[in-house]
Amino acid sequence: MITIKNLHASIDGKEILKGLNLEVKPGEVHAIMGPNGAGKSTLASVLAGREEYEITEGTVDFDGKDLLDLKTEDRAREGLFLAFQYPIEIPGVSNINFLRAALNEIREYRGEEPISAKDFLILVREKSAIVELDPKLASRSVNEGFSGGEKKRNEIFQMAMLNPKLAILDETDSGLDIDALRIVANGVNKLKSKDNATIVITHYQRLLDYIIPDFVHVLYDGKIVKTGTKELALDLEERGYDWIKEEMSL
Amino acid sequence: MSYTENDLAEDLQNQEYKYGFVTNLDSETVPKGLSEDTIRLISAKKEEPEWLLDYRLKAYEIWLQMTEPTWAHVHYEKPDFQDIIYYSAVKQKKYESWDDVEPEMKETMKKLGISMDEQKVLTGTNVAVDFVMDSVSVATSFKEKLSELGIIFCSFSEAVKTHPELIKKYMGTVVPTSDNFYAALNSAVFTDGSFCYIPKGVRCPMELSTYFRINEKGTGQFERTLVVADKGSYVSYLEGCTAPMRDENQLHAAVVELIALDDAEIKYSTVQNWYPGDKNGLGGIFNFVTKRGVCEKNAKISWTQVETGSAVTWKYPSCILKGDNSVGEFYSVAVTNHFQQADTGTKMIHLGKNTKSTIISKGVSGGKSNNSYRGLVQIHKNATNARNFSQCDSLLMSDECGAHTFPYIECKNSSSKIEHEATTSKIGEDQIFYCQQRGISSEKAISLIVNGYCKEVLNQLPMEFAVEAQKLLAISLEGSVG
Repeated sequence: MITIKNLHASIDGKEILKGLNLEVKPGEVHAIMGPNGAGKSTLASVLAGREEYEITEGTVDFDGKDLLDLKTEDRAREGLFLAFQYPIEIPGVSNINFLRAALNEIREYRGEEPISAKDFLILVREKSAIVELDPKLASRSVNEGFSGGEKKRNEIFQMAMLNPKLAILDETDSGLDIDALRIVANGVNKLKSKDNATIVITHYQRLLDYIIPDFVHVLYDGKIVKTGTKELALDLEERGYDWIKEEMSL
Repeated sequence: MSYTENDLAEDLQNQEYKYGFVTNLDSETVPKGLSEDTIRLISAKKEEPEWLLDYRLKAYEIWLQMTEPTWAHVHYEKPDFQDIIYYSAVKQKKYESWDDVEPEMKETMKKLGISMDEQKVLTGTNVAVDFVMDSVSVATSFKEKLSELGIIFCSFSEAVKTHPELIKKYMGTVVPTSDNFYAALNSAVFTDGSFCYIPKGVRCPMELSTYFRINEKGTGQFERTLVVADKGSYVSYLEGCTAPMRDENQLHAAVVELIALDDAEIKYSTVQNWYPGDKNGLGGIFNFVTKRGVCEKNAKISWTQVETGSAVTWKYPSCILKGDNSVGEFYSVAVTNHFQQADTGTKMIHLGKNTKSTIISKGVSGGKSNNSYRGLVQIHKNATNARNFSQCDSLLMSDECGAHTFPYIECKNSSSKIEHEATTSKIGEDQIFYCQQRGISSEKAISLIVNGYCKEVLNQLPMEFAVEAQKLLAISLEGSVG
């Protein structure tokens, strides 16, 4: 699905990612954990195509394509989805219109006809149920006046609508109460298939009680320094990151 | 809505000013320059009655005493009033029927998207159109159907001949000749425009619309529109404007007067798309327009404007809330890009008791343009319980553009309530990135975001116009971010 090799990225001349390697296969869920400032959100931004970051070295292969060579919107159209840590508000643009524009641009990219109004509404109804999103929110302006929990649910709702190959969840659990966390996690689980993959970026083991990862990676100082299974997350929760630093003699 | 995202994408391919073509038709023009003789010539050509010629000549006298206003936040080379052609008419007289119209003229209308075909009403286009090219009205549709209801909808010149009593009674009552420099000029040299009268208690069943087109080189367009809504009547009026691409600046100085008698309502919508000049600020229309309406008891006037064109815009559609309980509204989107300059806003003059006004102004500036909102809310001493709400928002698309707000409030009655809100924001890179991450291209993202920002105003437009306006916003903002 995605193969990242020796990825170096910097912002304003400061190197954040320093030779990151990661491979995610279809059907897998990978969790990326790490202390503040390790480069977790940078990784998400770089993959999604934020222009502020400069890629100085490395390659990213996304389903046979050179990801770094694609425009931001084309990455999305190829099936890469980022659930934002801080979803953006777009006043006056309804969620529905926004999603229809997105869906149709993706379809056009794939040489498909625009979706009919009827099919679109059916899809909205079906997918909003996955995250128990109030259908009224679908017609409100994108994220405007949404609570923190509603914004995160809306991200997963959008993910359900766009049906990506690879979803990157950037601290989707932050700011969620237990109920909302469960709903969001259930949504992600329902969307899981053998053909798609998920990268979950998180600070806390809590989310991984609900979204069970196949692999847990520790990102530290711009590199993945340790990889394990979900037990690694439990270890981290209990012991923090210091032991890893020692182990790696960093 | 039949207009899809794909249509928008397609329209965006066509980014240049779409209406920049010229129609080759034989025109009759008077020599350049302005003098008493020019005015007499225009009046004679239009076979006008004596009283109208007097009106013009008086206006000319007044104009000669006046100087151009300089208070607006715009900079341009003053037009040379002796270098303008004040009258240009297509040689063909007014067409008797649609079949008489030359193919070139039909083609022009088609390119402009104007439909004169009355059959089309069956397929949903419910708009009666008066088409004014350069100095004269070329054609008016649905006249007969409207006359069954007693509605008069015709060119201004025709009304002078057929309904002189109405013209005499109302012309110049809202915008007096001496009102301002351009209104005086217009009063002296106006050539045509639209006239509309809705009788007592009649609700006009279709949108009335005037399409203004400047075609001839070197001409100025000076038209007058007069809309009279008699007691208890209703009318929705639309106005659209375009001009060819030229590297000269052409002058458009119109006067629009609205009169809403007791319990009447007038909704006046404009989509102004005069040629804005090129990327380097060369050419474009100078749009210096005086628009004002007066509301009698319980009457309502609502101005909605989408201003995307013109090199320089100077325009303040206003309401005089004379009657008790009357209502004035002003909804505006003004978009400037490249080197365009706009100084636009409104005046709400509260004279009557319980009068109410609402102002929603959205400015969008890109490139190196300058966009100003200028508004006056005036509450007179007898205007007990008057209310005003104003909201002025500015959206900046680039680092080199300017957005300015000049709100004036004068209040002489302590029972009134006035609210003013204003915001300035820059289009968010975060917003654009968010859209792109969902697969939406950056141009489309900008169009979505700006349309969302202007939604409150666009919602006020009739359906056909709203779609047109959305497309126009997207096209006008091409290359505005920086």
